[in-house]
Amino acid sequence: MRRRRIRPVWRIPSLAAWLILAVTLVAAPAQGLDLEDTRHLLDRTGFGVRPADLSIFRPLTRSEAVARQLMPPTTEQPAPEWAEQRPFPDRRWLKTLPDAERRAWKTSYRQRRRDQWMELKAWWYRAMLTSDRPLTERMTLFWHNHFTSQLRAVRSPQLMWRQNALLRRHALGSYRELLRAIVTDPAMLIYLDGRRNHKRQPNENFARELLELFTLGEGHYTEADVVAAARALTGWTLDPASGDARLQSRRHDAGDKTLLGRSGPWGADAVVSILLEHPRTAELVVEKLWREFVSPQPDPAEVGRLSGLFRESGYEVRPLLRELLMSDAFWSAENRGSLIKSPVELIVGTLYRFDLPLPPDKQLISTGRRLGQDVLDPPDVKGWPGYLEWIDANRLIGRERFLRGVVRDLEDESALAGRSWSDLDTSVMLRLLWPLSGSAAQSRVEESGVRRRLIAAILDPRYELK
Amino acid sequence: MRRRQLLQSLAVTAGAGWLSRFAAGATSPPAIARPFGSLVLVELKGGNDGLNTLIPYADPAYYRLRPNLAVAREQVLSLDEHLGLNPALEPLWPIWQDRQLALVLGVGYEEPNRSHFRSIDIWETGSDSHEVLNEGWVSRWMPASARGTEDLPDAVVLGNADGPVRGGGLQVISLKTPEQVVREAARLEVSDTLSADREALAHILAVRRQLRQTGSELKQYLAGFDDAALDLPKSPLGQQLKQVARMLLAGMKIPVFQVRIGSFDTHNQQRARHDRLLAQLAEALAAFRQVLLAAGLWDEVVIMSYSEFGRRVAENAARGTDHGAAAPHFVLGGRVKGGLYGEQPSLSDLRRGDLQYRVDYRQLYTTLARGWWGSSGAWQQRYPTLDFL
Repeated sequence: MRRRRIRPVWRIPSLAAWLILAVTLVAAPAQGLDLEDTRHLLDRTGFGVRPADLSIFRPLTRSEAVARQLMPPTTEQPAPEWAEQRPFPDRRWLKTLPDAERRAWKTSYRQRRRDQWMELKAWWYRAMLTSDRPLTERMTLFWHNHFTSQLRAVRSPQLMWRQNALLRRHALGSYRELLRAIVTDPAMLIYLDGRRNHKRQPNENFARELLELFTLGEGHYTEADVVAAARALTGWTLDPASGDARLQSRRHDAGDKTLLGRSGPWGADAVVSILLEHPRTAELVVEKLWREFVSPQPDPAEVGRLSGLFRESGYEVRPLLRELLMSDAFWSAENRGSLIKSPVELIVGTLYRFDLPLPPDKQLISTGRRLGQDVLDPPDVKGWPGYLEWIDANRLIGRERFLRGVVRDLEDESALAGRSWSDLDTSVMLRLLWPLSGSAAQSRVEESGVRRRLIAAILDPRYELK
Repeated sequence: MRRRQLLQSLAVTAGAGWLSRFAAGATSPPAIARPFGSLVLVELKGGNDGLNTLIPYADPAYYRLRPNLAVAREQVLSLDEHLGLNPALEPLWPIWQDRQLALVLGVGYEEPNRSHFRSIDIWETGSDSHEVLNEGWVSRWMPASARGTEDLPDAVVLGNADGPVRGGGLQVISLKTPEQVVREAARLEVSDTLSADREALAHILAVRRQLRQTGSELKQYLAGFDDAALDLPKSPLGQQLKQVARMLLAGMKIPVFQVRIGSFDTHNQQRARHDRLLAQLAEALAAFRQVLLAAGLWDEVVIMSYSEFGRRVAENAARGTDHGAAAPHFVLGGRVKGGLYGEQPSLSDLRRGDLQYRVDYRQLYTTLARGWWGSSGAWQQRYPTLDFL
């Protein structure tokens, strides 16, 4: 609700915006978030800060601000219009068509599907840019990078959309429920060959990644555990019409298996329960969240404490994130600016900060790809490694090119007019854009004109950090 | 001192792959035992129809399966009594006659994947059909001794995406023209006053400085280099190869270039489109060779084609072809031993309507690795080398 009012405020003439800002800066209670705190929290849990956001966060304590970030979104972007269509063509119906007609249908189908791939990726970018609770989108992306699937391998945009919706539904909810749902998620059954896992010839692809990447991590299970998990997950296939997962009992191995020392006629539910009983599962998730939100080096003592809480809560993500974001490490000065913005954060964040429209779908998606993060098509099952890997010579040029494109959009005076950036003094501007200060370099930014100052700030290496 | 410490500290982290070379180089410069050479990879994007490229004109099955698409026997440029080139490839004929064009027949892999995306991943990483690798085959197999000089990139991609040179710590730059990189690098903000006490910022600054260095290096090579006489076709591939030629003639020792031409995804009305693409390909390559010959550089270059798959043997109802499997590929250059290699797949022994491969595609890679880069490894036993280099 409150969020709705932001845009009008954003648009009001510059003097009034400046006044509001000045008042909020002066009148805020002592325990409220300062400029740096707000920037830090929103860089890490959203897509950056706009000057207008300050009036919202200035009166809040850290605890209130974190709670606000953790709230569920009030609106959701409507699904793509084709989202509920059949995920794959009806082969039986296709066979009834004459050759030429079938050929024509297939050609147009392939084209349509390719368009839908693009639409889905652009749809997600749009969701990220417009969400009133961007942490939900950030966490959806986090889970996409944890429970990876590739659109180019799954092929069905409908099934990838369903998986994306699943990740979003549980983004801040229950890891237990999310893990259980992923084990028999249709797109995942395709991506990691779960649908080919037959009791006569078990396919271990999914089971191996489940233990290695999704839960325990290497060194905490044996080959026998992989085999046992694979056997327990035999028999799950896709209904060709609906695309829903279904268990076919004649393909399922109902015999006893021994997984992590526990024996029984295990199936999907039991596999999830057994994996969640192992302390490594919580630790692996907490370490990953630490690298996403806090710093490149997880603190073992804190990981221990947080994963204990995570397990006690029954694997609820929201309270875990709350603890993580309220930890001393999250707010500590030494961890600020210690992470590198992902391409998605750079793209969406820059558009958000300066209230710029999304570029055309094709351009947007190829920019992400060029920068090394093609959403919905991670490089492999391990996902994007991130951090230092976000920057190499080629990606650096790509980022620079993208930012210069944005700068060109800002060079039009009329595009900046009425935006609250134009009324900030340089030091405030820089504190909202950079996680690290630097008085020497700052002088370069103090050239005349808001545009030149903004442009210099955006193209500075510190803008790449969060 | 500080720079070196910085680079060394970066080199131990996973993300700083290509920097490690400079850190190591600070103490022990890499020995370059072989004359320098550049590999030019030509991607035939979309899946090239091998059967209409290198035509089994003596096989009646070819004419039976392709009533509309077949190239008439009398038009084929015959290489022997069974096979001949599509006449659109006529510009390559002098190279064939000079024995500098190798055609490798029936290239493919076990359990071929028919998805563009997946199969090109397989080709570019050198993986098995069901194996997923995240580093390109060049990144994995090119030895340190074959890499370029410190301030030039290891690989230049004309256009976007890294393909076979992705990952593995290679310094890759994609560009349309080298001047573009010179311009962009010169504009990079490299602040000396920033204290890089954070690993993240230190990494970003190191990459920026390196790129600045690369930019000024490229600029020096290009200064005083006159390329007005370079005559390459106006086609997209011709213009990409023109940039490659410019960089080579300017003396840049860049070990890998990648160019691409497409789309070969000819599901309908194939004949005219495919012939046009082949003509563009052949004209561009022939002109590229002429330029390099005149500059005395033809012996320092080897060119190899690749594509995600060949196409279905039987034509479809739209006078096109669908995704297939094995196909021929070409390798050419001054040091290449021309001729036919491998074995033409049979038109009567198809699997799911597709040709069965005779040469694993990685045999091309191991042959290049041994013959061009002088490297050897256990993978050469697995994928025996061919004799074209």
